[in-house]
Amino acid sequence: MGRFGHTPYSQSRPTGCTLAPHRQLTRWLFQLGIVCLLIAPMQAFCLDEFQAAIDALKTKSYEEKTTAAVALAKINHPKVLDVLNAFLNGNLYKQKKTNKLVFAQKLEGGGFAISDPTTGVSLGEVRRRHVSKIGINNRLRRTVRGLVAGLKLNQPEPEGRIAAARSIAASGVAELQSVLETQREKETEPKVIEALDTAIVVFNLDAQDEVIRLNAIEKSAKNLDGQVRIKLTAIALDKDMSEDLRIAAEKSLHAIERAVSRYKFIETLFFGLSLGSVLVLAAIGLSITFGVMGVINMAHGELIMIGAYTTYVVQLLMPNHPELSLIIAIPAAFIVSGLVGIVIERCVIQFLYGRPLETLLATFGISLILQQAVRSIFSPLNRSVASPDWMTGSIEIAHGLSFTLNRLYILVFALFVFAGLLLVLQRTRLGLEVRAVTQNRAMARAMGIRSARVDVMTFGLGAGIAGVAGVALSQLTNVGPNLGQGYIVDSFLVVVFGGVGNLWGTMVAGLLLGVMNKFLEPVAGAVVAKILILFFIILFIQKRPRGLFPQRGRSGES
Amino acid sequence: MRNFRRITFVPTLIAAFTVIFTMPVWAGDTIKVGVLHSLSGTMAISETTLKDTVLMLIEEQNKKGGLLDRKLEAVVVDPASNWPLFAEKARELIEKNQVDVVFGCWTSVSRKSVLPVFEELNSLLFYPVQYEGEESSKNVFYTGAAPNQQAIPAVDYLMDQIGVKRWVLAGTDYVYPRTTNKILEAYLKDNGVADADIMINYTPFGHSDWQSIVSDVRKFGSAGKKTAVVSTINGDANVPFYKELGNQGISAEDIPVIAFSVGEEELSGIDTGPLVGHLAAWNYFMSVEADINDAFIDSWANYIEDEERVTNDPMEAHYIGFNMWVKAVEKAGTTDATAVQNAIVGVSVPNLSGGTATMMPNHHITKPVLIGEIQDDGQFDTVWQTSGTVVGDAWSDFLTGSKDITADWMSPLECGNYNVKTGKCSGQSYE
Repeated sequence: MGRFGHTPYSQSRPTGCTLAPHRQLTRWLFQLGIVCLLIAPMQAFCLDEFQAAIDALKTKSYEEKTTAAVALAKINHPKVLDVLNAFLNGNLYKQKKTNKLVFAQKLEGGGFAISDPTTGVSLGEVRRRHVSKIGINNRLRRTVRGLVAGLKLNQPEPEGRIAAARSIAASGVAELQSVLETQREKETEPKVIEALDTAIVVFNLDAQDEVIRLNAIEKSAKNLDGQVRIKLTAIALDKDMSEDLRIAAEKSLHAIERAVSRYKFIETLFFGLSLGSVLVLAAIGLSITFGVMGVINMAHGELIMIGAYTTYVVQLLMPNHPELSLIIAIPAAFIVSGLVGIVIERCVIQFLYGRPLETLLATFGISLILQQAVRSIFSPLNRSVASPDWMTGSIEIAHGLSFTLNRLYILVFALFVFAGLLLVLQRTRLGLEVRAVTQNRAMARAMGIRSARVDVMTFGLGAGIAGVAGVALSQLTNVGPNLGQGYIVDSFLVVVFGGVGNLWGTMVAGLLLGVMNKFLEPVAGAVVAKILILFFIILFIQKRPRGLFPQRGRSGES
Repeated sequence: MRNFRRITFVPTLIAAFTVIFTMPVWAGDTIKVGVLHSLSGTMAISETTLKDTVLMLIEEQNKKGGLLDRKLEAVVVDPASNWPLFAEKARELIEKNQVDVVFGCWTSVSRKSVLPVFEELNSLLFYPVQYEGEESSKNVFYTGAAPNQQAIPAVDYLMDQIGVKRWVLAGTDYVYPRTTNKILEAYLKDNGVADADIMINYTPFGHSDWQSIVSDVRKFGSAGKKTAVVSTINGDANVPFYKELGNQGISAEDIPVIAFSVGEEELSGIDTGPLVGHLAAWNYFMSVEADINDAFIDSWANYIEDEERVTNDPMEAHYIGFNMWVKAVEKAGTTDATAVQNAIVGVSVPNLSGGTATMMPNHHITKPVLIGEIQDDGQFDTVWQTSGTVVGDAWSDFLTGSKDITADWMSPLECGNYNVKTGKCSGQSYE
């Protein structure tokens, strides 16, 4: 332990170690006592309780840290919550030189800004290796989160109170049960009452008293909380428990099981649709270039990747607005990828129309060039694109059924992109010309449509949509040079399965393949599920070579 | 026109002569060190750092006066993440560039691809990455972890310290995860874990849709026993996996994931939020507190001119391997492959966590095993470590096929695949 408290706070407070009659505190208080005895003659005062408690966090042993954290939470001091929060968020450091506990904030250009935890006074800037972090492990993190929640259980927002109740239940710190019960008595919000009850049940499931325990087991019959379920299963399997408890636990578990399995089908369907929506997003741009123009564009995946990198760059330009930057990235990615697409069309593809094999090889070469270019510009390392808050976590649709938010947004987003594209093709002049050129190039030219211009615009549109898909993918997976490779084969599968040149076909095929994949995956495993799908498509193409929705008309027959 | 031609011709001639005349002087004066790491393609993400590490080590050695009074010279080639190209480039290094030693390879398949070349031409390869074991070559030195130096201690930690009773073995579908999981499954069953408490799952490379698998893991984990995921998921697939765990509300506190392929370098490019609290098992962490580690990090930051660049486990493996090679060459007094092979066994050098690493007769080294929890700054906090170092075991004791096999490259045995029961040496066949 280092030097203690020359702080305004410690001076204003009467010193002397007040020995709280708590068993868990005795260990460090004993150590503290010795230090007090040693230092007391030298310094005019004994240790400040708060300073001592936070210094106890400097130990290496996680067990001692836990004891110290629990002790700290008991102290009535305005900075307790700050210290616990900093500890939880990994901002609590030890300055190596002074052996003093400090708050540290990471700086832009490396290094840390450190400040005193008690006074908040800035202590200047230090390099990364001059401070060492006060480590926190899982068990301790859970405890500290519970302690923080215990201090915040009476906050004004009901959502905050619900989250706090959950954290307390997860922490398993027995001392916090009384905090829950106090809050339960004065709570009026029904949703919070529910969360508090669940948390109390979790504690009561571990109670020594058999009656309380049995009562809790019966109460938890309809409770879909994961914690409750784990505890119930543990009771049901424990041979040392009394017969009554085990039977009751078994009964409650059955009730829970029934409730869960009811939603299993909906959940899998959602997984399938969400995978399908990603496939649709990736494939729909290709559906235009391949389907409408007949160009086999192997660089399509790289156009998706460029869209994802655009998201990264936009986020880099406005680091403080992750929400806004994501919205801005959508048109930005459309423009950037679209322009790259137009350049590819003008420089390479326009000379190769009607020669699919050469186009395939040339665009494959382009895809390698683009990948290596990104490696040289952005480094081969993956880049991180932050998700805005409203895209993380999940939303509870019904009790026991929740959808992950990022997937849900992307599903909706895919539908919007699809509708937008459909509008462009059906309702605009460009769409009309594109359809005309697709159906009969010679006739369209005879009618005065500049087919070369239409080709450029169509390719740009397809590439732009690929860029937009990249924005969505940046929220799901790595933004790295290899991002596109993973999607190119799947995209071709979707387009061919759906019927070349048919947007609706791409939509239905993408969603169908996604759902099929997700229903197969739990049975067959991810690898085999993919193989089965491929096999199915090959068989399907044998039967119907033009896909699900073949294009009708003269061009369709040629 | 004529003038122009003459003007360009003369410098070209001079340049050509300079090259021709200085080349042999170089070759005679330096010891050549081959660097066989992908600088382009999918593996560039991990391997470029290792190339820089070797270059830094060579530079430092040259500052100390080189080796055997000669300077070291690096020969860098780019096998471009293309496995057959690894073999071609290895041959080019040894035959054309006449290198005395090669530091290189990352994936097992690239190692398998160059193995016959090194054995045919009798050269030396230092391989710095953790791998699945079941191999020991006279010409290869495995400075990364064998399964008993990473996977087994990690499972021990979860079993003894966390009390894990149910196991999800999740991996990417290729040789390293398959072999490692086979070993782990056998090990878990030896320790009394029932079949019903083990779930094994393989996914393709670059898998990005983890919804149903994570949902299965959650269901598997709600059976009343503490559950953990042992992940041999490779590379890029990790980020969406951890993200999905976070989104479905599974925290490291509920179901911890212990990974064998996620290190500082991989974490530096991503948003570490959803990963905090999950575990990794390695033989070195950048956060290890040792003076020698601080010095290494300082010189790395200076060399790469970036204060924020991280160090990782395979870098430490190259550090150890390079120093072992230097010591062995000094001991043998020559860079001749056979002499170095004999001299290097038993050589001890300091590792970066404050201990020492020794080359064993099976061409694997001794290593401490560390378990770390991922922190939000992309570093690991060591939560557990083995009391001493663990000797790398080439042939796993938990697989029926390899239980009786040992590797010992010292005389009289001189065999990488010796069956103790039958007393036969199966030569250089590793399958």
